[in-house]
Amino acid sequence: MSTPPATDVLDVDPLLDDPATRIVVCCGSGGVGKTTTAAALGLRAAERGRRTVVLTIDPARRLAQSMGLTELDNVPREVPGIDTSAGGELHAMMLDMKRTFDEVVEAHADPERARAILENPFYQSLSAGFAGTQEYMAMEKLGQLRAGDEWDLIVVDTPPSRSALDFLDAPKRLGSFLDGKLIRMLMAPARVGGRAGMKVVNLSMAGLSLVTGALDKLLGAGLLRDVQTFVAAMDTMFGGFRARADATYQLLQAPGTAFLVVAAPERDALREAAYFVERLAADRMPLAGLVLNRMHGGAAAGLSAERALAAAETLTAENLEIDGIVDHRPGKSVVRSAPAADAEGREDPEDPEAHKAPQAPVTPEDAARRTGRADSESSGAPEVSMAAEAPGASEDGSPAPDSPADSGPRPSVADAADAPTADAPSADDAVELAAGLLRLHAERMRLLARERRTRDRFTTLHPDVALAEVPALPGDVHDLAGLRTIGERLADQHAEAAPAPHRPAGSR
Amino acid sequence: MGRLHVVTGKGGTGKTTVAAALALALARGGKRTLLVEVEGRQGIAQLFETAPLPYEERKIAVSHGDGEVHALAIDAERALLDYLQMFYKLGSAGRALKRLGAIDFATTIAPGLRDVLLTGKACEAVRRRDKRQRPVYDAVVMDAPPTGRITRFLGVNEEVAGLAKVGPVHNQAQAVMRVLKSPQTAVHLVTLLEEMPVQETVDGIAELRAAGLPAASVVVNMVRESLPGEEQLLAPHRHTDQLTGALALAFSHAGLGGARAGGRAERLVAPLLAQGREHAERVALERGLRTELGAQELPVRELGRLSEGVDLPGLYGLATELHDQWHPGEPA
Repeated sequence: MSTPPATDVLDVDPLLDDPATRIVVCCGSGGVGKTTTAAALGLRAAERGRRTVVLTIDPARRLAQSMGLTELDNVPREVPGIDTSAGGELHAMMLDMKRTFDEVVEAHADPERARAILENPFYQSLSAGFAGTQEYMAMEKLGQLRAGDEWDLIVVDTPPSRSALDFLDAPKRLGSFLDGKLIRMLMAPARVGGRAGMKVVNLSMAGLSLVTGALDKLLGAGLLRDVQTFVAAMDTMFGGFRARADATYQLLQAPGTAFLVVAAPERDALREAAYFVERLAADRMPLAGLVLNRMHGGAAAGLSAERALAAAETLTAENLEIDGIVDHRPGKSVVRSAPAADAEGREDPEDPEAHKAPQAPVTPEDAARRTGRADSESSGAPEVSMAAEAPGASEDGSPAPDSPADSGPRPSVADAADAPTADAPSADDAVELAAGLLRLHAERMRLLARERRTRDRFTTLHPDVALAEVPALPGDVHDLAGLRTIGERLADQHAEAAPAPHRPAGSR
Repeated sequence: MGRLHVVTGKGGTGKTTVAAALALALARGGKRTLLVEVEGRQGIAQLFETAPLPYEERKIAVSHGDGEVHALAIDAERALLDYLQMFYKLGSAGRALKRLGAIDFATTIAPGLRDVLLTGKACEAVRRRDKRQRPVYDAVVMDAPPTGRITRFLGVNEEVAGLAKVGPVHNQAQAVMRVLKSPQTAVHLVTLLEEMPVQETVDGIAELRAAGLPAASVVVNMVRESLPGEEQLLAPHRHTDQLTGALALAFSHAGLGGARAGGRAERLVAPLLAQGREHAERVALERGLRTELGAQELPVRELGRLSEGVDLPGLYGLATELHDQWHPGEPA
């Protein structure tokens, strides 16, 4: 294997501390910890002295609660419980799409017109969140927050779009739509669909009429009328919309903005991240770097997966031989691993060469051939369900005299402690446990290797992108302390000492 | 009767992988399934290590027992033209619409309409019959949008039927809703045994039920297996010395260094034990989450974690796991 390329370290503290940094946008595919990252960055910036607002979109409930958010709200609320000794503040809000949209309408149309729009059925469907509206409204809200100039720093979480960059395209798309012919067609007077006027209108009008006629038949007269009413009522606002969309787009390109692409060390997430990086460059958006969440660390890294597995197998074999006891739980293994042999010398799934597209459909034999697991179909796969041996394991007759009369089957630590097996580890148990620990270690080492391969593939293709790795936490984050820990881990990139020359984050 | 299997899940739970494995599993025994992608990511092509899918149904894999998996990446623009073609010969008008930006409007500016097209296309594949009036596909599996959006996605035709109160669009929307709300459709929610995805799954099930959509099962992906002797790991550190000694002896026995105090084998004990404890705690946490999922009164299926990541052999392995957990008599 070649040595991983030297990549710049993404240093978030200078970025967060720099008074010139006014907006941090976190983007990335779903499920990579984007919202958590945004919240952690906001908290860290606030505790380092900046007046910060975090704009979240559809956060998980527990995460929202950790910031004191209980409902959709369009006004930033101060987050209690943070350390304000450096003079900062943390505010947070969850985007309410419909209200944001309503506010835009109310701000840009006279009251009568605004009412007509708000009551229009087409508008009501549109604003209540057909997917996509979120992106427009997130950008709209960002524009509003920035225009108020009330905050030192705005940290934005981006919507979990189907196409990760919908939010970037939103202003442009809206702009081109509003300039477009379709609008003019829809605004055309009510002769639409009528045949009488056809002779006097010019050819292109005839085309339009044909189209609206078709639409009318297709959609039913009512809907087209609703849409036309809506478009007519919105007419006066279009100029404003267009200007705002352009302004937001320029705001994102401005030097005070920093994009962070968030990913997890998995193939799909990093592929999406690569797409982001390329797209941001194409749009001349300032990329600060990549945040790679949930990297696993390894203890006892000197013990390789192969050695650990071999040792585990020795133990399992000797257990049988020495004690003559057939293992208590036959067929159980910790790792659903292929034989150790295929850890090496198999096709590397990350290898670009491996992605030559086969023309023929895939067959099970193809699939099996790749790892020599031809028998994966017929031989029983390892038992999946653990439910069977879940709780209640200590129920089976262990008297547990010293435990209070309580509680029924509950898989608590105390129960386990009272079980006789815990009292003195028998040689047998220790051997079994040792084998289990070794298999677990092997699995962990393979995971580590895979994560690193995936990361290195990205850094090889994008050597200019500064990188910060955040070690995986054992549990889920749902309070300020958890967010603070994430922030610390994110900022502390020098522990692993990548001795790369260091450029200021945010420069490209 | 063909069936529509809608696979949803929070981002990062492996929804596309599970959808592909399900399409392989349901194709067993000489069946033919269609795997449909709606989010334009070409995730299916990546998974099957094949060239990007065009907007046409093509055979992508053969399953065990002579089954066939076909795949289709639905392109909203092309689907819209199909859709218009369904009602009218919109040749020139269709082109005019395109010139005007109407197609762009329908497929990108008003993504709700995009959802209409995507669900409509999938339902069309479910209902399609060959010359002998047999369903062309035994099952259609859709790699659908994430849990947070699924109810709105599937319900979009209801909204459309409410907006377009008469006419062919209205009728089409109604027809799609009839399929989606019938027992012909099954929504499967993919989750991990982690707090946020489980919470989102529980919320998603409630939303689907409230909307009258058929939540059918939960698929727990990337399940960790418990470790033999786990009880000892979770026990308080009562007998740390004996345990350390016994483990050091075992490691030494397995050829990992001398057993003497402070020797190589013994130095392995602490880090490996810490790793094991972390794992055991996680497994214990997962039990609680599993209980929460169990309370949803839906079948729960579990798929193991692939230590090598998702590759083709892994995918076929997952298909086997799903197949083995499919309830006898449960329609495919």
